[in-house]
Amino acid sequence: MNRATFPHFWLPLLLIAPQLAISAIFFYWPAVQALYQSVLREDPFGLRSTFVGLANFRNVLADPAYLNAAQVTVVFSLLTAGFSMAIALLLAVQAEKVVRGRGFYRTLMIWPYAVAPAIAGMLWLFMFNPSFGTLAAIPRALGIRWDPLLNSSQAMGLVVAAASWKQISYNFLFFVAGLQAIPKSLIEASAIDGAGPVRRFWTIVFPLLAPTTFFLLVVNTVYALFDTFGIIHAVTSGGPGKSTETLVYKVYNDGFVNLLLGSSAAQSVMLMVLVICLTAFQFKYIERKVHYG
Amino acid sequence: MHRRNLIAAAVASFALPALPALAQTEISWWHAMTGANAEVVEKIASDFNASQSDYKVTPSFKGTYPETLNAGIAAFRAGQAPDIMQVFDVGTGVMMGAEGAMKPVAEVLSENGYEFDKSQYLPGIVAYYSKPDGTMLSFPYNSSSPITYINKDIFEAAGLDPNDPPETWNEVWEMAKTIKESGAAPCGYTSTWLTWIHLENFAAWNDVPYATFENGLAEGGVPELQLNAPIFVNHFQMLADLAKDGTFKYGGRTSEAKQIFLAGECGIFTESSGGLGDIVKSGMNYGIAQLPYDSDAGGPQNTIPGGASLWVFGDKSEETYKGVAAFFDYLSQTDVQTYLHQTSGYLPVTMEAYEATKSSTFYDENPGRETPITQMMGKEPTANSRGVRLPNLPQVRDIANEEFEKMLAGDQDAQTTMDAIVERGNAAIKEAYGNM
Repeated sequence: MNRATFPHFWLPLLLIAPQLAISAIFFYWPAVQALYQSVLREDPFGLRSTFVGLANFRNVLADPAYLNAAQVTVVFSLLTAGFSMAIALLLAVQAEKVVRGRGFYRTLMIWPYAVAPAIAGMLWLFMFNPSFGTLAAIPRALGIRWDPLLNSSQAMGLVVAAASWKQISYNFLFFVAGLQAIPKSLIEASAIDGAGPVRRFWTIVFPLLAPTTFFLLVVNTVYALFDTFGIIHAVTSGGPGKSTETLVYKVYNDGFVNLLLGSSAAQSVMLMVLVICLTAFQFKYIERKVHYG
Repeated sequence: MHRRNLIAAAVASFALPALPALAQTEISWWHAMTGANAEVVEKIASDFNASQSDYKVTPSFKGTYPETLNAGIAAFRAGQAPDIMQVFDVGTGVMMGAEGAMKPVAEVLSENGYEFDKSQYLPGIVAYYSKPDGTMLSFPYNSSSPITYINKDIFEAAGLDPNDPPETWNEVWEMAKTIKESGAAPCGYTSTWLTWIHLENFAAWNDVPYATFENGLAEGGVPELQLNAPIFVNHFQMLADLAKDGTFKYGGRTSEAKQIFLAGECGIFTESSGGLGDIVKSGMNYGIAQLPYDSDAGGPQNTIPGGASLWVFGDKSEETYKGVAAFFDYLSQTDVQTYLHQTSGYLPVTMEAYEATKSSTFYDENPGRETPITQMMGKEPTANSRGVRLPNLPQVRDIANEEFEKMLAGDQDAQTTMDAIVERGNAAIKEAYGNM
């Protein structure tokens, strides 16, 4: 450790001040606010409030709707992370094989990442609208009664598709980078030994991609858990019934539609704990435990 | 040099029109109107601004009704509340619970020299937005009533008489089946707002209780839902049965079904009279009839007002309140109200505007346009038909919608659905009363 890089006390503090200010205003302040509200019972306008201790947490945990939201979240996250990573890996491997226009092809693949979640949701909603959606004609032609408004599996399918589609670009980028880091000599050697492309992929490429895959698994889980609100809001609003209501969506719905601020704050505190655990897990394992090089 | 001139010119062109505004008091108006109704908001505001030079009303669109309400609440908590906010009918209970955050409209008007004469306004509407002691709390901007629309072309293709729209729910079911079976349209019947039309208005129109304590309007205790009575169960079982083969098509929780009707997919449609603007605009060959009633009940009673009203936030400057009062006075003028009524399908809020439209040839030229008014004003309201007031009506609607979706997907029958709504709804109402 070289402590002499910044000899002064104030200069480094000044340099990180903007970052500190942003963290304080956008992260710590709301977090403290949520903690405070989670122990209160309050009317929507904040005119009267009473301290209720941990009653909000007890009510949330005793609510069957909360358990339902937890289950929905697990299913949704697994499906979204699984599909977006599998498809991105397939595309990345195929992109490696493209000889001419590889850069152009890759650029195209990255575009969906720039689309805002709510817009992505609207796109999928329109494409699969049972009345006028262009792509809704496909399930109908297959004889499937396409009605994501009432059919919960179809609704889940639609939000998973929209959420995965948006994340594929990100995963694609990392897989491409991961693939380029694999020494060509290894692949060539196994080819000379007579291994076909499928065998080469599963015995050489896939294991060597493990650090990338593991990193993406954590990132995608966090994405599916927390960054998909816009998509769910635009596509299903948590319906039909409560079949696409994830934990994050429930925080919004209870707080801003049902105006139960205490309960909503208690739920966000619980999510905060979950994020802290996930982050700790990521720091502890990602960089150290997974490598084969 | 050229460039600098250009920039200067650009700056000037932005700055100059703003100059006269310095002397004006700005009044912010948050609203939730879209489509044809948003154009009406813009026109009313700009006409008011042009009519005088002291105040400038600036409307801003804040999303759907619930989103607008939340934006207002969040803004209030942050000390940045707008001056005027449009709140939908079911948010009325929430707003009434926020005494102190709001300034009653009656006060705003009388403190600024405007006479507030209750008798000039349509009684059913004013009563809905008043305290039990009669003080009017919010200004009824857009009041509507659910009515039946039919697509005359589909009726003809199905061999039905386009001039004989359904009067009872049984007739709706029969005609919907005929439309579906004849192949005139892929679906017979669809509806927006199942909660508002098939619960709240269904109860009032058929004179059956929605909840105890006069649907929450009477003092004395925590109201309990009465929605699992046989009349509701039978009605919803019918909807569930018709949904199985697509004779009834579900569009969504709010007004999404309007798109289905506009696309010509269904022959019969129940929706707010406020939805008329878009239907007229689409050029469809449509017909209007009053809301169907249940033939098991004693005949139609009266419908309850839906739509939204304008609330004024508290703790604003005197100048602002003067402007708000002037704006509300302008809104009450007969020609403004007649314009609002005739363009949007919302009800006029003043008797004078109603009389003016009546004496003009408007209703003769547009048969059915008086329907929403007559069905609301036709009879003296009973304990079941004055309205529904729960502190958390949006949440109760949410619960009902969730259960309806399970039912329409074929997961549960109507009895289970209505029992679940009552049980979950009552628990939520109890909790909301505890929060107050």
